[in-house]
Amino acid sequence: MAKLDGKVALVTGGTSGIGEGAVRRLVADGAKVVFTGSNETAAKRVADETGAVFQRSAVEDPAAWEALSAFIRERFGRLDIAFANAGIEGGDGSVENIGIEGWNRILAVNLTGVMLTCQAAVRLMRETAGGEGSIIINSSMSAYKPMGNFVGYSTTKGALIALTKSVAIHCANQGTKIRCNSIHPGVVETAMISGIIEGNPDPAAARAAYEGMAPLNRMGRVEEIAALVAFLASDETAFITGSEYSIDGGSTAGMMGV
Amino acid sequence: MKRLEGRVALVTGGLRGIGEAVAARLAEEGASVMVADLDASDGGRLGGNMAYVRLDVGDESQWQAAVTAVRARFGRLDILVANAGIGGTGPIREVTLEDWHKTMRVNLDGVFLATKHCADLMAESGRDHPGGASIVNISSIMGLVGLATAGPYNASKGAVRLLTKANALEFAQAKLPIRVNSVHPGFVETPLLVNSSPQEAIDFYHAGTPMGRMAQPSEIASVVAFLASDDASFMTGSELVVDGGWTAQ
Repeated sequence: MAKLDGKVALVTGGTSGIGEGAVRRLVADGAKVVFTGSNETAAKRVADETGAVFQRSAVEDPAAWEALSAFIRERFGRLDIAFANAGIEGGDGSVENIGIEGWNRILAVNLTGVMLTCQAAVRLMRETAGGEGSIIINSSMSAYKPMGNFVGYSTTKGALIALTKSVAIHCANQGTKIRCNSIHPGVVETAMISGIIEGNPDPAAARAAYEGMAPLNRMGRVEEIAALVAFLASDETAFITGSEYSIDGGSTAGMMGV
Repeated sequence: MKRLEGRVALVTGGLRGIGEAVAARLAEEGASVMVADLDASDGGRLGGNMAYVRLDVGDESQWQAAVTAVRARFGRLDILVANAGIGGTGPIREVTLEDWHKTMRVNLDGVFLATKHCADLMAESGRDHPGGASIVNISSIMGLVGLATAGPYNASKGAVRLLTKANALEFAQAKLPIRVNSVHPGFVETPLLVNSSPQEAIDFYHAGTPMGRMAQPSEIASVVAFLASDDASFMTGSELVVDGGWTAQ
């Protein structure tokens, strides 16, 4: 028996990258998975290949959460796992040049969207799963190493640490067994990053630059992040809540020597 | 195939509490386990794919013998769990230098010597796995936050946290296939802790933990097994807190 047999999981932003990897891993471990996103072509491919169910839904839209929660309730009858993964960085910039529209859009998706994901998940877990469940929030190593030219992204990823702990403490104080933890990936070789590398005039140099960001001297693979998500989703981690797990090839451990 | 089939693990303090649960869990996942501990009086609990070596983790010459024993018996070492630890509490003005050194000798010297003497063999064995070999150092939430009158224990466990990160970076930079991570348990329901704590302390462990309970040793062992496996292949220098929300509050 796979370790997530009988569980139902929600993955936001599941049509590509780490989200897609998580959909595949959670399905492989036995969960029934519903995933959201906006790219319907990519969604169809993931759904066809995994048997996971796609629902077009925007994480920053409260009304969409009501519809999605109703869908999960009717279609699956329960929710045990939520991976709050959806995030954007488009429209970002430095503190000197970011526009207010870009800033507001990033906060809406990366922060408000994750809060709404947690809100819907906690409500569904209390209502349908006996007050048990695991919420995993995809932050970033940027929470610890903010980037000067991504002020919106870095700020929201940092805020997710406090959001995670607040949700974890609330759920514990309420006597539920709903856990909430954040993960902090380093640079991961998603299709988006691969595209940036291939589009560079000197792809080899661009690749080396990305790889060199981690002491392990490589990028993380989507499957490696998905493995941590699946672990935190499982009953193996029943005592883990309010924690921040770095998965970055040593990037935030300190400084490399000379 | 089991996740740790064909791998060899060394677990210090492996006869009791968290160490015992870790040894059992790694063996259950297919690893051969060398259990290292002070005395073999409880050795009857060893399973089929386990062996025992007597080891005082603060004694360097015994470490050389222990690693020789692992090499002779199993020929390799893929997983090192530096778990052996002792307490170290008291009002700081009353802690004797002797008591201070006793805590540091086991909790900190023991982890340093473990890493120093196991690294060569692990660097060889780690080449056989995509995730390399794995060192898991058992620190504590007391390596992250202070507790009144736990100065020696806090200091030793905090030191383990940063020794872990320095070693992770060093091995990565040297391209040695050894990952190093620390685990930070909250209060765990081990016979040692339960038997040595007055009831009011036990109540504090439960009530002070947001989840309202202590951890079972198996709940720490599952995290160690994860870090030992290729599922954690991109994790090095990380600290994995397992505390029922204690440090989040």
